[in-house]
Amino acid sequence: MGDPLTFRTDGAHEEPAVTLDSFLDQSNATAVRLEPGEDARALLPYLDRLALVEVAFPAFRDGRGYSAARILRESGYTGELRAQGDVLVDQLAYMRRCGFDSFAPEKPLDPAVVKTSLERYEHPYQATIDGRAPIWKLRHG
Amino acid sequence: MYQYDTYDQSAVDARVEEFRDQVARRLSGALSEDQFKPLRLMNGLYLQLHAYMLRVAVPYGTLSGQQMHMLAHIARKYDRGYGHFTTRQNIQYNWIKLDEAPDILAELATVEMHAIQTSGNCIRNISSDQYAGAAADEVADPRPWAELLRQWSSFHPEFSYLPRKFKICVIASAEDRAAMRLHDIGIELVKRDGVLGGRIFAGGGMGRTPMIAPEIKDFVAADDLLSYLEAALRVYNRHGRRDNIYKARIKILIHEIGAKEYKRQVEEEFAHVKTLGIDPPLAEFDRIAAFFAPPAWEQGLSDDLDLSDPDFRLWVDQNVIAHQTPGYAIANISLKPIGGIPGDASADQIDLMADLATRYSFDELRVTHAQNIVLPHVKKADLYTIWQALDEAGLATANLDLISDIIACPGLDYCSLANARSIPLAQKIGQRFADPERQRDLGELKLKISGCINACGHHHAGHIGILGVDRKGTENYQLLFGGSGAEDVSLAKIIGPGFSEDGVVDAIEKATDVYKALRTDGERFVDTYRRVGMDPFKEAIYG
Ligand code: SF4
Repeated sequence: MGDPLTFRTDGAHEEPAVTLDSFLDQSNATAVRLEPGEDARALLPYLDRLALVEVAFPAFRDGRGYSAARILRESGYTGELRAQGDVLVDQLAYMRRCGFDSFAPEKPLDPAVVKTSLERYEHPYQATIDGRAPIWKLRHG
Repeated sequence: MYQYDTYDQSAVDARVEEFRDQVARRLSGALSEDQFKPLRLMNGLYLQLHAYMLRVAVPYGTLSGQQMHMLAHIARKYDRGYGHFTTRQNIQYNWIKLDEAPDILAELATVEMHAIQTSGNCIRNISSDQYAGAAADEVADPRPWAELLRQWSSFHPEFSYLPRKFKICVIASAEDRAAMRLHDIGIELVKRDGVLGGRIFAGGGMGRTPMIAPEIKDFVAADDLLSYLEAALRVYNRHGRRDNIYKARIKILIHEIGAKEYKRQVEEEFAHVKTLGIDPPLAEFDRIAAFFAPPAWEQGLSDDLDLSDPDFRLWVDQNVIAHQTPGYAIANISLKPIGGIPGDASADQIDLMADLATRYSFDELRVTHAQNIVLPHVKKADLYTIWQALDEAGLATANLDLISDIIACPGLDYCSLANARSIPLAQKIGQRFADPERQRDLGELKLKISGCINACGHHHAGHIGILGVDRKGTENYQLLFGGSGAEDVSLAKIIGPGFSEDGVVDAIEKATDVYKALRTDGERFVDTYRRVGMDPFKEAIYG
């Protein structure tokens, strides 16, 4: 696995992520990994201190990580939010919209396809925390 | 009707290009079938027994003459000259080639149509009352709400990989013509203190574990609706089961944790989501609603109708429904001719219906979940001309809601999941009860056939339901009685051991004899069944 694909200016965080259980036990870690069944809200008391949350996608069909990402961003998390695992190019745009800003796909992505996929939809219908203006906002100023 | 602005158009155009690119990557081998499958499904493309099937969205069942013509064009150019209208108010084409699918989507996009999210584990096409904007009993037109939901649910970044598919329905009448409570979320518009809002039901559905959706919220105002639904979906996305595909629908989650607990979690999530500012302003709702303003009705029209032609009279009695405006009527076009394939229409028939809509119905048509077509706003004075044109095209069957107005899924003739054929059985039942007098004497009798337990043919909601099963390699049919998808919603029950294809037709005939013998004045089949119970029917059938 190469370096994560990152959309952050400060680059990818290097400390390895620990499991949620060990994170909650030993409180000095700054990087944590969330499995699909784990509750992102368990991290809310520690957001200030976290530099990396790695959200696992063991199978691309399991969409729980999208909710986890939004919950963290909506609660003010500004550190790196990384999607790791079965992360495919056709899911990237939605992941970006949910707040992911780095990606560690198991299989490398074709950078050209990544670029077209991310630029495909000019305006979104929904408001999310990613800051892009939803279409209804553009319609009504 | 709603019309796209440049934002809507560019989103749909972008989707066409995206899918073209995905198909190219699939054909080049860059995408595996496993990776491609969810992508094609989100564009309505299934791999069936013989070919690809494309399901085109008809948002909330409403379309214009021009759009209907496009459906005919696609049937001719890319399929075998016909299309199949479905219980989801959509249309399916059964003989599609993968490499042509992007071109079809491109053609659809020219008339503001698409196949977005007609399949896959995402929020599906929003369904609604086929008489919206025309029904005498509605508190408001539900379609602006449905369109708001269409936009919100299209390409939803958080809810495109849900545990399972998700179906939402919006109605606005006490009479439920859209099986609202058999949806994952059902919304009934109601007025409270003069303000319109939604009463929310969640966790209904058919399939192998049918459930009627319980109410989870008595009133959600228009400007809270999207936040509320976002909260409802988020709870489901996070906690719906993913370990077993058969237990992944929201109905199972709600059944397992209880409606009360689900509601509590949604309320808690809503309190958070509402702070995020994701609800569009009411001005956006008003903008959408303006597209659904009533057409310019002609004033002072007569309600008189010349019914001297007996065949016309029969059709009017059965297929024409009261309209909210004097001088107008709602005309139902049955796609259930005796011996035909329920829901199928040829390209020529589709063109004809489109022409009639343009000429006589303010350019509007509707698709119903019972697989029929509606001309929602016709002048009573034009009914006879319309009927003559329909009759000539084989589209004037006067059987709305009668025993031969059968809902049937494609079944083993097309569907890769099927256990038994649905279509030939529907044809046999139609033939057995072909006599119009006999059908009319039996009155409203909703008969619904599914070719397997997935229940696309809504058999759980049939006054008489039929479920095709596989019994040691032969097709076998279980008979169910007492279901309803209407405001008297109920789930049908299996009456006993299954039958062969001919056996089930005989059994239905015996059941109708029992009904005739036991009915009291004005009782429908289902009313008699509910009153007397299953025993007299079982006795006649198995005794
Ligand atoms: S009910 Fe079964 S056979 Fe019929 S269309 Fe659905 S999946 Fe296919």
